Amino acid sequence: MPEPMPETYSPDEIMTVAAARLLASSDVCFVGIGNPSAACNLARLSHAPGITLIYESGTIGTRPSVLPLSIGDGELCETALTTVSVPEMFRYWLQGGRITVGFLGAAQLDRYGNINTTFVGGTYGRPKTRLPGGGGAPEIATACQAVFVVMKQSKRSFVEKVDFVTSLGFGSGGNERWRLGVATKGPVKVITDLCIMEPDPTTKALTVVSLHPGIAREQVRAATGWEVNFAERLEETVPPGREELAILRELHARTRAAHGDGR
Amino acid sequence: MATHMTLHDAVSQFVRDGDVVALEGFTHLIPYAAGHEIIRQERRNLTLVRMTPDILYDQMIGMGCAARLTFSWGGNPGVGSLHRLRDAVEKSWPGPLALDEHSHAAMANAYDAGAANLPFAVFRGYRGAELAEVNPRIKSIACPFTGERLAAVPAIRPDVAVIHAQKADADGNVLIEGIVGVQKQAVLAAKRSIVTVEERVTSLDAASPNACILPHWAVGAVVVVRGGAFPSYAQGYYPRNNGFYIAWDDIARERDTFLAWMDENVMRKGPDVFASQAYRRNEA
Repeated sequence: MPEPMPETYSPDEIMTVAAARLLASSDVCFVGIGNPSAACNLARLSHAPGITLIYESGTIGTRPSVLPLSIGDGELCETALTTVSVPEMFRYWLQGGRITVGFLGAAQLDRYGNINTTFVGGTYGRPKTRLPGGGGAPEIATACQAVFVVMKQSKRSFVEKVDFVTSLGFGSGGNERWRLGVATKGPVKVITDLCIMEPDPTTKALTVVSLHPGIAREQVRAATGWEVNFAERLEETVPPGREELAILRELHARTRAAHGDGR
Repeated sequence: MATHMTLHDAVSQFVRDGDVVALEGFTHLIPYAAGHEIIRQERRNLTLVRMTPDILYDQMIGMGCAARLTFSWGGNPGVGSLHRLRDAVEKSWPGPLALDEHSHAAMANAYDAGAANLPFAVFRGYRGAELAEVNPRIKSIACPFTGERLAAVPAIRPDVAVIHAQKADADGNVLIEGIVGVQKQAVLAAKRSIVTVEERVTSLDAASPNACILPHWAVGAVVVVRGGAFPSYAQGYYPRNNGFYIAWDDIARERDTFLAWMDENVMRKGPDVFASQAYRRNEA
């Protein structure tokens, strides 16, 4: 296969690269599986080699060469600085306030950054589609100093009101987080395949601050279930660089080779 | 006091219909062989407890063992839904399944409280989260010193805990290495316990005096089942079969393909097949 031109990249790739760039070597990061894991490991393999990645299985300072399929793959433990029990992970490290960034995905997200991973449609007792549930996220969302959310944008996933608040964003906006006794910053960045959003300083409603190259405001509106606000100084996301793409693609290729398709 | 037994006898003597049963192992060391034995012995009306009910609980739920599930994340990690769990919740097949749902932090704290012989766990959790409104077992409590509102959940006290570990010695002392999850807490919280292990050794040869060890007098049945965690894994022995987790999505999607797979691979087979499956290849 010929080497792809640096300017050709997929929506998934710019989402992952844009998310990775938000992390620094000094960060201590609680990593969710899927897109968050790809972004965090890309950061570690590129500009943030000193970053500490923590998975809820108990692995601290892990350095996998392939993306784990689950939060407890063997490679996470083998390459970790240390591995602790799950109660210790949630009591000392997460609740203890020793994690700078929680990186989460979601099935549904609303304009105040509230996350639903519990069910879609119907009621809790009689759901139309039952999802896996909260796992570590309800406390990651409140105990990490800040939260980044990375997920693809669509009207189905970016909804006016989530069907269920699995994990707190800004509640109904304003200072509700604070009123609930939560002192951490919450979802300060939402990174999608179209744009980057940040909460408005006062209302806490998510506001588009950067559009990915070639993405029009109308595309973001069409993929969002609420009336989208755009920042006055709207930026354009810097496209993925050749080296970032190479590292990400090698990571995905190694991952595919390692996990197989089970047949 | 630890007793070396066969898997059949351990399950037959320790797991009863209607029990609260916790099979733990956080991705690593999931006690598949023991779970399959529970399915073969047709236990019914169990309350299944597990932080991450993945494929093993999909199998137990789909085969009709469970009436209730206490859990915090019910999916196939990195793959998607558990179709048998969803079928039970959404369509009551093969029977209705009551949910007692928590977050990981709540479950970890609840096991810890159970192991410590406390009635409930207290932690800073569920703030702004709606689960606390739909699960009556999630309550809040005021700190007696500062008044801070904190979450409280009942301690987990299973009738039986089932785990898998690397080694046991002749006395029944057990060594667990790698991702240790919540297994030690689960065993200490339970009235009875079954520990399946990869091998029985003359000496545990723990690499460190701080290694995770369950002393023999804290353990019930000890059963050697080589490969007993497959398709999950045993650090130092065999890797996780990620391909099987991916393949399970197709197997479990429809009731008839699921039942056919279970009949062929669980009902008509015994724990002896695990060794050949787990050690068959090193996924290079």
